[in-house]
Amino acid sequence: MLDAIFGQGDRNSLTMDKPHPDSLLDTSVQGVISRPLDRVDGPFKVSGTATYAAEYQIDNLAHGVLVGAKIGHGTVTAIDASAVKAMPGVIDVITDYDTFIRNPQQGGETTAPTQGVKEVGYFGQIVAIVLAESFEVARDAAQRLHIEYDYAAGAYDFDANRDQSETPPASQIPAHYTQGNVDKAMTQAPVTVEATYVTPSQNSAAMEPHASIAVWNDDALTLYGSYQMPTSDAQQLAKSLGISEKKVRIIARYIGGGFGSKLGIAPESVAAAIAAKRLGRPVKAVMARTQVFDATVRRSNTEQRLRLAAGKDGKLTAIGHDSLTSNLPGEDYFEPVGIGTHFLYRGENRSITHDMVPLNLLLSGSMRAPGEAVGMIGLECAMDELAEKLGFDPIDLRKANDIDADPEKDIPFSSRQLSRALQVGAEKFGWDQRNPRPAQRREGEWLIGMGVASAARSNMLQQSSAKVEIHADGSATVSSAMTDIGTGSYTILAQIAGEILGIPVEKIRMSLGDTNDPPAAGSGGSWGATSAGSAVYLACELLRDKLAKAMDVDPGELTLKDGQAIGANRSVPLGELVGQGMEATGEIKPGKMEKAMTQASYGAHFAEVAVNAVTGEVRVRRMLGVFAAGRVLNAKTARSQCLGGMTFGIGAALTEDLIHDQRNGKLVNRDLAEYHVPVNADVPQLEVHFLDERDIYANPIHAKGIGELGISGAAPAVANAVYNACGVRVREFPITCDKLLDGLPAL
Amino acid sequence: MKPFAYARAGDADQAVAEALAPQARFIAGGTNLLDLMKLQIETPAKLVDITRLPLGGITPRDEGGVSIGALVPNSDLAADPRIIADYEVLSRALLAGASGQLRNKATTGGNLLQRTRCYYFYDTATPCNKREPGSGCSAIGGVNRILAVLGTSEKCIATHPSDMAVAMRALDATIVTQKPDGDRRRIAIGDFYRLPGDTPQIETVLEPGELITAVELPPKVEGARHLYRKVRDRASYAFALVSVAGVVRMDGDVVASASLAFGGLAPMPWRNPAVEAAIVGKPATDANFAAAADALLADAKGQGSNDFKIPLARRTLIASLRELTGK
Repeated sequence: MLDAIFGQGDRNSLTMDKPHPDSLLDTSVQGVISRPLDRVDGPFKVSGTATYAAEYQIDNLAHGVLVGAKIGHGTVTAIDASAVKAMPGVIDVITDYDTFIRNPQQGGETTAPTQGVKEVGYFGQIVAIVLAESFEVARDAAQRLHIEYDYAAGAYDFDANRDQSETPPASQIPAHYTQGNVDKAMTQAPVTVEATYVTPSQNSAAMEPHASIAVWNDDALTLYGSYQMPTSDAQQLAKSLGISEKKVRIIARYIGGGFGSKLGIAPESVAAAIAAKRLGRPVKAVMARTQVFDATVRRSNTEQRLRLAAGKDGKLTAIGHDSLTSNLPGEDYFEPVGIGTHFLYRGENRSITHDMVPLNLLLSGSMRAPGEAVGMIGLECAMDELAEKLGFDPIDLRKANDIDADPEKDIPFSSRQLSRALQVGAEKFGWDQRNPRPAQRREGEWLIGMGVASAARSNMLQQSSAKVEIHADGSATVSSAMTDIGTGSYTILAQIAGEILGIPVEKIRMSLGDTNDPPAAGSGGSWGATSAGSAVYLACELLRDKLAKAMDVDPGELTLKDGQAIGANRSVPLGELVGQGMEATGEIKPGKMEKAMTQASYGAHFAEVAVNAVTGEVRVRRMLGVFAAGRVLNAKTARSQCLGGMTFGIGAALTEDLIHDQRNGKLVNRDLAEYHVPVNADVPQLEVHFLDERDIYANPIHAKGIGELGISGAAPAVANAVYNACGVRVREFPITCDKLLDGLPAL
Repeated sequence: MKPFAYARAGDADQAVAEALAPQARFIAGGTNLLDLMKLQIETPAKLVDITRLPLGGITPRDEGGVSIGALVPNSDLAADPRIIADYEVLSRALLAGASGQLRNKATTGGNLLQRTRCYYFYDTATPCNKREPGSGCSAIGGVNRILAVLGTSEKCIATHPSDMAVAMRALDATIVTQKPDGDRRRIAIGDFYRLPGDTPQIETVLEPGELITAVELPPKVEGARHLYRKVRDRASYAFALVSVAGVVRMDGDVVASASLAFGGLAPMPWRNPAVEAAIVGKPATDANFAAAADALLADAKGQGSNDFKIPLARRTLIASLRELTGK
């Protein structure tokens, strides 16, 4: 994908065509890798000196406020800007019916998203931008702007339009996969479960709204944007604007959370760029929180039909996971609901299908572990139901269905500690205290229960590069178009470089989030740390070879520690060895290992919840996640990633529900007061425990994706605990009190 | 936000005079009004800043009870030792609402005048009779899970969002005001709010320019138990689905006095004498509690997705009465 823009030159490039058993991270002696170092960017963030996209101070800036369509489906027939243009301070009202993007682009695409905004595909679709000398005037004018529409009937109701469903083209996984005969296995098995689970649309709810500042310098565009994948985002932006990608630079030094919503470009970037070009001055466009909800991206709602067939020994003979999701007409991204189901458990008969209903609702796309985060709700709740039917402990059932080879592809796993995670977790959590009969434990008004679910998240490696320079003063600079979206990239990349080069982390300067630096895949799909980390590793490996040559020793004889190169009975400061400076670029590419091995991170989630017997309110009392994700690069940031994932798992289970009015496609709960993510009081003591692991098939740093593992399986653990607590199985998420009320004990 | 005039008042006389201007609004904490102005749901032509008025302080009244200045922040009121000791239900209700940051800014008078959190009131792209009289109610037939089941009209089914006001209703608070002509009024909280009827845009009996200066609480009920129970979708920072404020005094096994008010169910903090009549002077039994719930919900009308509030209110009331009566 990125070959075209990866330059040639003196670089250390590795394609993962074979295992990489030896890692310099195991033989280096600086002693910083894996340590729980504080974030190197932390002091900037807490002191307000980390500059986010909207915060750049640019001279002569015009303030843009976006205007969303106030119909769910139809056509813009006129934009009457005369009244607002007469307002003091208003500069202009700009639209470009052909070029404005209808919706954000999906992550990693290198083409423009669907363009053209005269046709309105969903309520809130951005159709114009109002420019003024101040934000306040622009916002006022944007709210007053008069737009006329032709209304068209729209498809807003999922249930009413289910007969319009289509099978989308394959993406990361095929839309339909069948093996054997699930129907037949269901009739033959002694124990079966068939159940339908429903999950709602969700919003990423990143703290920082989408924001862009567009600055043109002749025909070259610099966009300060809040984007997770600047390299491909710059390509998307260039294609949208019809200019060369060489003329687009994106700067995204700090990103206040993305969770998938900032993988691809969003409408504010193109609107700001077009407006800035027309005005001949820089333009800032920050999406209002309501617009982030209305017009960026949602996770699709899902309807999941689960079928499980098992023998009396608990071993699955069949798994059916057939899902129905939704997206805008013309968009073929589907929530890969069954992605984890492909490789998690045994079962010779399999049906994992995805169909999609076109709806006039905002784009659905990748959000917080697309696939597993909601797909494992279906699978892991169904496993809980199966365990009860079999009379099995839910952990024993999962262990009975653990496997040592991919159940569909006849290839091994690169590393997998599912059963061990379940076992270790059970011991740490006190699983033996759980009463397998539901609704048996009561403390006052509260019914107490425990639940478990497996954790699994596909591991991905994406082509990425990074440059590392050692300077004459012995310090170093790491630069890459990789991003830090709040996850700790700055810190772990400095740790990798510091470990291999023997340079204290505080002497390593980090430059991330700038497409002028070597291209990288950015942050998404939990691939950031391993992909950019491998690129940094490879750059440092080459630098190490160069240093050895400068020392005139064999690389194997060289020790790098505390800024000194040590070998052949000499210890030389790095600064002396590098002369005016020494640099190298590292580049990693996925290769045959991706197909030769099924790669994923695994773990187990445990939850204890209390359900109020009077009201049905659910409060999580404690959670434990046991995770194996290869090498942990920083014990603190890795733990924080998992805590965040588990927290969003609580949200998926209990609170998050993006609600559209089915009469007109209008999103009704479009602020953080009414779209309920968990608040501090909803999140109890969370424990995270990592299992030691190295994955030599994944990459040279032997790590796997971690960011999304914490959410994958967290929600069903909570849901299963709710069932164990009160005996009510809610299959329509989130589990709010109204859905439990009928099944609660009489007062 | 539309441009507006701004005047900072030095005393109450000046404030009410300034507020006689067309479309004027008082502003104190601004925790609700400013949000609504940014969204152009509220578009006052003038803001009269009353934050410099001497309306702070919680003072004992000669005739018993306390007077709470209209500008007393919610956080101060919740933490006041006398409020905690004598009017525990009020402190608990305040702490059940909003967040620490909001409570620091929000004032006693402003809290009484919070606007509804109905989704459609908040969205200027949709009809709403409260926001734009005569445009229609989008919530009826729409998404109404959080909306009212009591006291609604065909024009509006919005709920009042305040927790504090529910406790004050249970405490029989009196709202003290000053009118532009200098007259002062003392309005019982039971007379302060208006049901939506055909004019959902009118929420209280306050007249143009009339300023809330204080809220008075009667002497405490000796020997009473207090309770504020709020049922919500998450543990904090969520509005009530159902809430109950109760002050109950027992005489042996018999309920000697009871005052019960409800949030999340109606366009105003709700109180119905029939609920209290079902238990006062009677033994604290589940049968009597059920009768109280029957009385509360006799006229309840669900709108579809908020139907659950009826059984939820019933269960919450019965459990609350058990707690209040020590049963």
